[in-house]
Amino acid sequence: MPHTTAGPSAGGMPILTGDARLRRRRLLNRAMELTASLAALIAVAVLAIVVGSVVIEGASAVSLDFLIHNAAPFGQSGGGIANAIVGTAILVALATAMAVPVGVLIGIHTAEFAAPRTAATVRLALDILNGVPTIVIGIFVFGLLVAGKAQSGWAGAFGLAIIMLPIVARSAHEVLSLVPKALKEGGLALGVSRWRMVLRIVLPTAAGGLITGALLSVARAAGETAPLLFTSSIFANEVSTNPSNALASIPFKIFLLAEETSPSAHAEAWAAALLLIVFVLLANVIARVLYARTSGRIRRAQ
Amino acid sequence: MSTHERQLEPRSTTGEQIEPRDMSDRPPRPQVSAEPSPAPVSAARPPVPPLAVARPEPAREVSVEGLRAFYGASETLKGIDLKFERNQVTAIIGPSGCGKSTLIRCINRMHEEISHARARGRVLLDGVDVYGETVDVVAVRRLIGMVFQRPNPFPTMSIYDNVAAGLRLTGRRRDLDRRVEQALRDAGLWEEVSDRLSAPGIGLSGGQQQRLCIARSLAVEPEVLLMDEPCSALDPIATLRIEELIAQLKQRVTIVIVTHNMQQAARVADRTAFMLDGRLVEVGPTQEIFTNPRDSRTEEYVTGKFG
Repeated sequence: MPHTTAGPSAGGMPILTGDARLRRRRLLNRAMELTASLAALIAVAVLAIVVGSVVIEGASAVSLDFLIHNAAPFGQSGGGIANAIVGTAILVALATAMAVPVGVLIGIHTAEFAAPRTAATVRLALDILNGVPTIVIGIFVFGLLVAGKAQSGWAGAFGLAIIMLPIVARSAHEVLSLVPKALKEGGLALGVSRWRMVLRIVLPTAAGGLITGALLSVARAAGETAPLLFTSSIFANEVSTNPSNALASIPFKIFLLAEETSPSAHAEAWAAALLLIVFVLLANVIARVLYARTSGRIRRAQ
Repeated sequence: MSTHERQLEPRSTTGEQIEPRDMSDRPPRPQVSAEPSPAPVSAARPPVPPLAVARPEPAREVSVEGLRAFYGASETLKGIDLKFERNQVTAIIGPSGCGKSTLIRCINRMHEEISHARARGRVLLDGVDVYGETVDVVAVRRLIGMVFQRPNPFPTMSIYDNVAAGLRLTGRRRDLDRRVEQALRDAGLWEEVSDRLSAPGIGLSGGQQQRLCIARSLAVEPEVLLMDEPCSALDPIATLRIEELIAQLKQRVTIVIVTHNMQQAARVADRTAFMLDGRLVEVGPTQEIFTNPRDSRTEEYVTGKFG
């Protein structure tokens, strides 16, 4: 029979302490709360364990030599990943130069110029692009730029740029949308064309947030392996700065080292992983700080 | 085009342009036309005297004819006919939601910045329809400035840069220092900020920020200044300063001020228009509207019976 909690129950139980059913609900509530908290704890723990194990395994192999030398000749121990560090820096720099201007322009389009429906379509396309497996992007770039020609840093950077593009564009859209309408109207009301208003009023106001998006995409691209697999993986064991050749990269170097049999190679793989993870964490922290500053400024402007 | 012109331009034979008047003290005014505005050239221009005296030439007048405005399907303005006399202050009063703000936002075509918003009818600036098909909206806004309800200085810019922004962003970079100083003087802010022009504009008090925004609008030398409840976010003393300013500025520009505050309308306006539910109820000399209105609804509103 239906049990009401609105009035006194049949047993004359005091209304405020609740009956058995209410107690059961309260217990269930507690239990679910705990489970959810536990799940959240797992997320933190996974990050801590990954970072911790990389630090423990990699710290012993990181040294100045490791950073500034190339791999030792076959059969000898020692050496380092200088070529991979330089290669990743160049690949990511080129990819950033390709993706950030285009991505910010896309964000400007969706946030400032496009009709709401168009903007929604573009944003959907960006989300889908963001979800395309990176190996597919690798194959695509291989077919477009490498097949029949040679691997190159340009091709690798192009693949990374495709991965960065939706991240930059989406974050640019979000942060440009935060800029108060009152500022935009203030500019337009002066007889400034929309484009100049965006360029000189909206973009500077949102600058920190735009840099945040760029940094997050850089952090993501620096760790990507799959787009480089077919496009920039056959590289010389020396520092190269010419993107017309295939360039070494830290993620791909980790892959190669892990495939080797010697324990020292594995230690180097851990060390390279440590380097990569430190870079990614730093980029994320800087991005957050910048974002906090920008959104603070935007809030004050309101 | 020619039919359009004949319809809209009975007195003009030179096309839909507002001819700049001959001025020795200012660069050519931007023209309301689709062509890019001419570069400000007049090499042997004498220095400008302070604008304490009234300008010899009158500002432009605005007349609204059959104006209807819509947000999506809802009609906010249901046919407004109203003339804003040159060098006068016209206050628009009326209860919230009656379309006061929409009306002035239609005058400089800010209304269309809102998605799904559109307007029909004519807004004539000295006889030229700002909605004419050859008219460039950017040129319209250079001649018709706007001050908003809440001060909105550009947060990344200094006091100086805020005032210079309109000039710089519309390609008038000559003589910036002098123009910035003049605009700040005209807005009654110069004495307070002359020693810290490079400080950020958002560091000023609310009333100072609003005067900074007025200076920013004046710097581009508009003919008409629209003010959308410019004092609603300010304290009484800051409000008083803005009102004094309005009285001075009407020597230079035609002013349209939307206000919730009837005392303010009575203090600053030469003429007052009362709106209700998207329609103009009546317009006339302020004194008359407040003491001897023709329409009973006006009387009820100004005596505080509703609104």
